[in-house]
Amino acid sequence: MSTAAKPTTTRTMGTREIVRPLSPHLQVYRMPLAAMLSIAGHRATGIGLVLGLLLLTWWLAAAAFGDTAYATVMAFIGSWLGQLVLFGFSVAFYFHVCTGVRHLFWDAGKGFEIPATQRTNQIVIAAAVALTILTWLIV
Amino acid sequence: MTSKPGVLRSALGHVRGLGSAKEGTHHWWQQRLTAVALVPLSIWLIASIVRLSGTGYAGFVDWFHNPIHASVMILFLVASFHHAQLGMQVVIEDYVPGHAARIVCVTAVKFGCFALAVLCTVSILVVAFKG
Repeated sequence: MSTAAKPTTTRTMGTREIVRPLSPHLQVYRMPLAAMLSIAGHRATGIGLVLGLLLLTWWLAAAAFGDTAYATVMAFIGSWLGQLVLFGFSVAFYFHVCTGVRHLFWDAGKGFEIPATQRTNQIVIAAAVALTILTWLIV
Repeated sequence: MTSKPGVLRSALGHVRGLGSAKEGTHHWWQQRLTAVALVPLSIWLIASIVRLSGTGYAGFVDWFHNPIHASVMILFLVASFHHAQLGMQVVIEDYVPGHAARIVCVTAVKFGCFALAVLCTVSILVVAFKG
């Protein structure tokens, strides 16, 4: 860190050149848990779930094409790779939902204080893990 | 208000659209609406997938012959693809550098989500109307 070049950004405003410090970015900044939950727990899982929508599309379209196409998809889903992918999607889904519900509370103006955020961090993680386990116990 | 010489647009034309479009919260609100809708809808989808896991193709067709099941599935598809493209748009706008690249990515995501949503919806209808 100490040997890193001083991060700066240069912008021009009219004829003046403004040099100001660049805020610490993902690589150099040890993020608090709430930030990790936001970037990894909500954004990354959201992108992951888009891939889940692709799998869902494959499944539904195959069903429309007929039973042989449907059987191909089910063979993939039934394989160890398919089950692993499905497990990954379930983890991503529950993390996305739990962090998302916390976002709705934040939108309502509730839970911005640091102690409250630290508490909801734990609730979000516990709920996501519990719901994932519960789902796979039912299956 | 005078136009610059040699420029077709009037001074008014230059400033129009630079202020608030008065719909800044539209994207945000759509994202929240779909998020709230998706909580029960996706729980329903997971329950359906669990139920359909052992029933084979006949079970799948049977499930979506029920108009309520087909309708809820289509509601899920509309809400989820809408939510997905809104969310990806935000991520792209935050992380893709360059105005042109950003517009290309956002457009591709929106076209892709619309296309897949239509494909999924038609697929459910095909199964629902299967004799």
